[in-house]
Amino acid sequence: MSAAPATVARVQAPLGLPRLLAGVRPDGRPLSLDAHLRRHGPLPFDGRRGHAAHDVVSLVAQSGLTGRGGAAFPVATKLEAVRAGRGRPVVLANGAEGEPASGKDKVLLAYTPHLVLDGAVLAARAVGAREVIVATASRTAAAAVAAAVAERRDQGISIRGVTVPDRFVAGEETALVQFVNGGPCLPTFTPPRPFERGVGGAPTLVQNVETLAHLALVARYGPEWFRSVGTPDEPGSALVTLSGAVRQPGVYEIPLGRPFAELLKEAGGITVDVQAFLVGGYFGTWISGADAGTARLSNADLAPLGAALGARAIVALPAETCGVAETARVAAYLAAESAGQCGPCVHGLAAVANDLERVLHRRDRVDESLLRRRLGLIPGRGACRHPDGAVKLVASALDVFHAEFTRHFNGHRCSGGGRPVLPTKREHT
Amino acid sequence: MTRLTLRIDPIACDGHGLCAELFPERIELDEWGYPIIGSGPIEPELEKHARRAVAACPTLALRLERAAASRRTANAAHRAP
Repeated sequence: MSAAPATVARVQAPLGLPRLLAGVRPDGRPLSLDAHLRRHGPLPFDGRRGHAAHDVVSLVAQSGLTGRGGAAFPVATKLEAVRAGRGRPVVLANGAEGEPASGKDKVLLAYTPHLVLDGAVLAARAVGAREVIVATASRTAAAAVAAAVAERRDQGISIRGVTVPDRFVAGEETALVQFVNGGPCLPTFTPPRPFERGVGGAPTLVQNVETLAHLALVARYGPEWFRSVGTPDEPGSALVTLSGAVRQPGVYEIPLGRPFAELLKEAGGITVDVQAFLVGGYFGTWISGADAGTARLSNADLAPLGAALGARAIVALPAETCGVAETARVAAYLAAESAGQCGPCVHGLAAVANDLERVLHRRDRVDESLLRRRLGLIPGRGACRHPDGAVKLVASALDVFHAEFTRHFNGHRCSGGGRPVLPTKREHT
Repeated sequence: MTRLTLRIDPIACDGHGLCAELFPERIELDEWGYPIIGSGPIEPELEKHARRAVAACPTLALRLERAAASRRTANAAHRAP
């Protein structure tokens, strides 16, 4: 057995942030393989060194890296589960990013595709896979991946890209697996989960592309370096997509646990008074502007507010915009984006969206307790978490925009105006 | 003795509602006719009713499963879309 895990860092590890987006081109074009290797050094565990599996898994375990796609599941545990499965595993890099308020995976793939591919190749070596599939929905990201794949040679590993439909549920891991297997890009009933039986029936490691990019840095610079930012329980950095009423919307890399106020400052501050923030995208939670002022961006810090980082899409809602109207619009979008497979999701989300529409347009009085009862009956009854996430968003709106809802429930006119803030479809790909 | 729990494949379920008729002790229907299953393992004296409900489901969407800890482990690896 090898002694200490060999982290091969021939270049200086990035000292501060950004880590993932360090040295990217200002013109937004992808880093070439040469430029990538100059920035980060050669890929460790290149297939000739041996012990890759043991070393990569143990480095990842020491780093405490968790999935950056939204569920924050420990990566080492997933690697172990896939490696222990029966048959030759497959690695499926998830860059589908169906969430309209999120752009971080597209940005990562478009700017630095080789970092993601490095992580995917390392993960493949760790679990004993020979096949890597990179799923994207955006044309820019798909082109960057294709160009990057053509540039590199990874001994014993084949990499290919697959373009998935641009819809909300496409990024759900069972939907990706079913799509790669020739079926529709829709969630399936579990078990089996992909780590048990996925692509071609093989144990399949589905990891978000940002997670894989972090893995590539952990393998190069080591777990202590990784843990040198973030909190002890939620180590490392993460990409955030910030939009809405901020001066410079975009993708930011933050240390986990960073004060929300600091992120807003980095983004140039808010453009108008903000009444609330949507945290965690469309399966996330509204939090009031006052709560956000003192919040830190970690799951432990957001938990008392009933919120979580999720895939870290954050939207600032101007005070002049009606929270009921915004929530109604997103609820209608999420109802339409249902895969249409499970009764409680199809009918439940449509009913909730319809309730909100009636509240908004004062067609008739809506019974708040009936709406709340519906919200309570829907979660946990679909094959995937789509209904749960949608319901969570609406339930948090009822709390955070309570005054606004009460006015609407009582048939008063909408006090807000302004243009829609929350995106309900892709503006560009 | 291993206790059993009821689980629905919501993709297969078409809301025929036979299960709720045959096993009202643990299954009720929502306003759209889809089953809501009470949580927790089935009491042994009710197992016969549960089996009858499972057998009657026209889409084979209702299942009896062992109430085991392993299910929790498998579900933990789930990631949100």
